[in-house]
Amino acid sequence: MSKPLIAVLDYGIGNLRSAQKSLDRMGADARLTADAGLIAEAAGVVLPGVGAFGPCMAALRHAGLDEQARIAAADGRPFLGICIGLQLLYEGSEEAPGVAGLGILPGTVRLLSGNVKRPQMQWNRLEVRTPSPLLEGLEDAWVYFVHSFAAPMAGNVAAVCDYGGPVAAAIADDNVWATQFHPEKSARPGLRLLENFVNCARAAADA
Amino acid sequence: MSASTAVPGNARIIPCLDVDAGRVVKGINFVDLADAGDPVELASRYDQQGADEVVFLDITASSDRRETTVDLVHRTAEEVFIPFTIGGGIRTVDDARRLLRAGADKVSVNTAAVNRPELVAEIADEFGSQCVVASIDVRRSGVALSGGKPSMDVRRTGGGAFPFEVYTHGGRAPTGIDAVEYAIRITELGAGEILLTSMDRDGTRDGFDLELTRTIVEAVSVPVIASGGVGTLDHLVEGVLEGRADAVLAASVFHFGEHTVAEAKDYMAAAGIPVRPASA
Repeated sequence: MSKPLIAVLDYGIGNLRSAQKSLDRMGADARLTADAGLIAEAAGVVLPGVGAFGPCMAALRHAGLDEQARIAAADGRPFLGICIGLQLLYEGSEEAPGVAGLGILPGTVRLLSGNVKRPQMQWNRLEVRTPSPLLEGLEDAWVYFVHSFAAPMAGNVAAVCDYGGPVAAAIADDNVWATQFHPEKSARPGLRLLENFVNCARAAADA
Repeated sequence: MSASTAVPGNARIIPCLDVDAGRVVKGINFVDLADAGDPVELASRYDQQGADEVVFLDITASSDRRETTVDLVHRTAEEVFIPFTIGGGIRTVDDARRLLRAGADKVSVNTAAVNRPELVAEIADEFGSQCVVASIDVRRSGVALSGGKPSMDVRRTGGGAFPFEVYTHGGRAPTGIDAVEYAIRITELGAGEILLTSMDRDGTRDGFDLELTRTIVEAVSVPVIASGGVGTLDHLVEGVLEGRADAVLAASVFHFGEHTVAEAKDYMAAAGIPVRPASA
């Protein structure tokens, strides 16, 4: 089976290597890169990340990757945002008022509400609401979350977890997918999700 | 909302691996050391057993520690698919950056943060609070808790006018700092989690210092990992139900095969504690 090229957008923040290694493990040729040519060539694009909305958005712009992310999401290739990489897809976040996000998805990321500790730093169970190729095999799976803010509950929320109420855990919006949890840190179910993504990228590249 | 009233989440079980020059050791009160294997293999085994995270505490003293530690983090990132934390000897943002870029999810800072708490803010500003764990080693000072006497034997050590004192250097050096005030300050500076070790209990297998744990949990809003003293599975249960810890850390009880992480999870679930099932 071919190893599809996956561009893991490298904007110089914390641990991006885990995402790359996990994608490799699940059959990809994953590269940490900020190179526009390599990104254009990739069968799939991953926007990973840990950290805060403001500094991450600034780092993304500084690396020139905001435009690359918009192009990749717009041209229909499989696209996966992870954790802060999910939140950056929106128009903005309560975490950084006045900072524009990528605006690939509509709405604003908001602080987790309810009588819960923030951040949610724990494993939690997924409830899949809309089946998607990305979430195949992840019904009721336990995955690892670290976040204080969450995406708006809209029709593109494909899976939720319960944390003082339903919280957006995975997004499926045509070719744009995203997870609030860290699949690269979620043991077997997380690797399964990444394998699903690699398979989608391979199928898109072969089509 | 005060953190102490927040609905408890799903408790995490975290095996801790003490690492010296790339090999796992477990100190009994950090003095007698016994070799228990390759850290990456052990961490991978714990991943398969259902551990929620793994902590590496690097106690390497040699001058080439930087390379061996970065190599350990590299290898772990390739084999372990749960979050892992590395601590020990992190003094600067550069140290933290190197380990995070190599694949660590979190760094824990101890002595350097006691000496210069701003280090926590510097790391959090660059990489986010979620990757900064403040590791706090504590001994009882001998001063009674407000509202009553401590329920365990106390030792007169630092002599400050507070019940819990921060120690550094593996529990040998008193600082004169109130652990409760320090925990509050360090989380205000950006620590996303506290790894709280009772140095009175560490290596004793007598169980966590539950009063210490509960006191810190109630003082801060971030998750607290209880550490020091686990000898039985009941101790893990007490840490969550009585200590109100968000996570429990243990070493020897897992390393020497007395219990698997899966057994610990089943035991905690049977006690009514929400945990990720080991089979999930």
